[in-house]
Amino acid sequence: MRLFWHELKGELLLYVRSRELAFFTFLLPMIFFVLLGSTYGDDTVDGVKGSKFLLAGMIGYGAISIAFAGLAIVLVIRRESGILKRLRATPLPAGAYVAAVLGAFLTAFAVEVLGLIVLGRVLFDIPFPDRIGSLLLALLLGALAFCGLGIGVTALIKSAEGASAVVNAIYLPAAFIAGAFFSPRHFPSVLRALADVLPLTYFLRLIRNVMLHGHVIWSQGTNVAVVAAWGLLGVIIALRAFRWEPHEG
Amino acid sequence: MSAIAVRDLRKSYGSVEAVRGIAFHVERGEVFGLLGPNGAGKTTTVEILEGYRKRDGGVVEVLGVDPANARGEWREQIGVVLQSSAMYDTLTVTEMLRLFAGYYREPRPVDEVVELAGLQEKRDERVRRLSGGQRRRLDLALALIGDPELIFLDEPTTGFDPRARRNAWETIRSLRGLGKTILLTTHYLDEAEQLADRVAVLAQGRIVASGTPAELTGAVPATEIRYRENGREIVLETDEPTRVLHDLTTRALAESRELEGLQVRRPSLEEVYLSLTEEESE
Repeated sequence: MRLFWHELKGELLLYVRSRELAFFTFLLPMIFFVLLGSTYGDDTVDGVKGSKFLLAGMIGYGAISIAFAGLAIVLVIRRESGILKRLRATPLPAGAYVAAVLGAFLTAFAVEVLGLIVLGRVLFDIPFPDRIGSLLLALLLGALAFCGLGIGVTALIKSAEGASAVVNAIYLPAAFIAGAFFSPRHFPSVLRALADVLPLTYFLRLIRNVMLHGHVIWSQGTNVAVVAAWGLLGVIIALRAFRWEPHEG
Repeated sequence: MSAIAVRDLRKSYGSVEAVRGIAFHVERGEVFGLLGPNGAGKTTTVEILEGYRKRDGGVVEVLGVDPANARGEWREQIGVVLQSSAMYDTLTVTEMLRLFAGYYREPRPVDEVVELAGLQEKRDERVRRLSGGQRRRLDLALALIGDPELIFLDEPTTGFDPRARRNAWETIRSLRGLGKTILLTTHYLDEAEQLADRVAVLAQGRIVASGTPAELTGAVPATEIRYRENGREIVLETDEPTRVLHDLTTRALAESRELEGLQVRRPSLEEVYLSLTEEESE
């Protein structure tokens, strides 16, 4: 436990020091929120105010950016540079390390969500959410599921150079297709069919139902199940194929 | 009890036998050099001892423990410097050391390690801004921070300029002064000669020679006497250079003849090493 807290402090420092993480996974969702919010924030989207719809979308985008993209890129770079290998030579247990890394990324996501909610309040007059319990559970579920997928996807990436390319090629289109930026209602049917299998689609539905329509998480069985199943798939891949050592040569 | 004991160690990657039944032991407080060309099996051997790789056969004990079943307690006792100097570029030298110090129950004080590695002037510099040699010294510092009993150094000066190598050698000698046991791999012969108490020469996964550096040179008994006669180079190898040389010069003097290009020399450790590792690859 002492090692977990020690490593968590280190991981948070590393997170704050990393400009790439700070910009691409942390600031970008807020920037998109401000930009898109000022274009269609006052329109009505899928029966709710555009800025509210977008706030939920940006929380989903933040989750996939931080927990999936950011985590995967950081882990691949650490693996390929040999940092993970070096850590294995120390008494730091693998479990404490992974828990601390997840802790740091979950913390970053929590700050991101708070930031978005405050931005929404200040810029677009969006009231603070009620149903706090359901929202917290939904956010935790989504963040953990995307962390699972983030760790799982590292098994598919062989080099540090490939990390950003592969991860961006997955999560940016996914965020768009799942409807983080715009309502997917008027998307062509091919995209909607694709959206029907993406975990982010279900996470966004879950967040929107809880945040915008006042549903409790217990009523969201399908959405919860699909998000959890994807997360589990990531964890299973990670357990089978995660490696600590760089690919030689 | 030896710090490291290895018997009949074997390891293959697919059909390639990287290590073919080697044996050696390292005493506590000793600096032991595993010397050999690239691909000889040095890194494979060391990584088995460090607990990174599973062996196919043989017996290995490191500080009395089989590294294949090693736990955190055992890791408290060892320090590892890998070939790649991986670290967090965005942290400062002391931040990096403090982070790693926290992994150990009884770490050496950060300031002491900074000094030992000669990084006092760089202590608040970001790792990103360190030179190659400074990074390598931080590498060493990170391996020392847990105050280990035994330190593995895998090719600690590969890619260094001569000055940086001398500095690194000084640091390694100072470790030895602390009573640490060190297992060093290198493909530089002079490095082994300078640092190691005993050396094992590894070629093609086998130990082809071992002993103190002096014993290794002594293992090739012949002194070589060369000169030219009628334009032909004559080479005599002998264990009695005094007598042979005396006969030779007496004869030449009697015939009022000069021994052109006369040389008397003992093969250097380098030549011993080259002949050992070459024979093996033929």
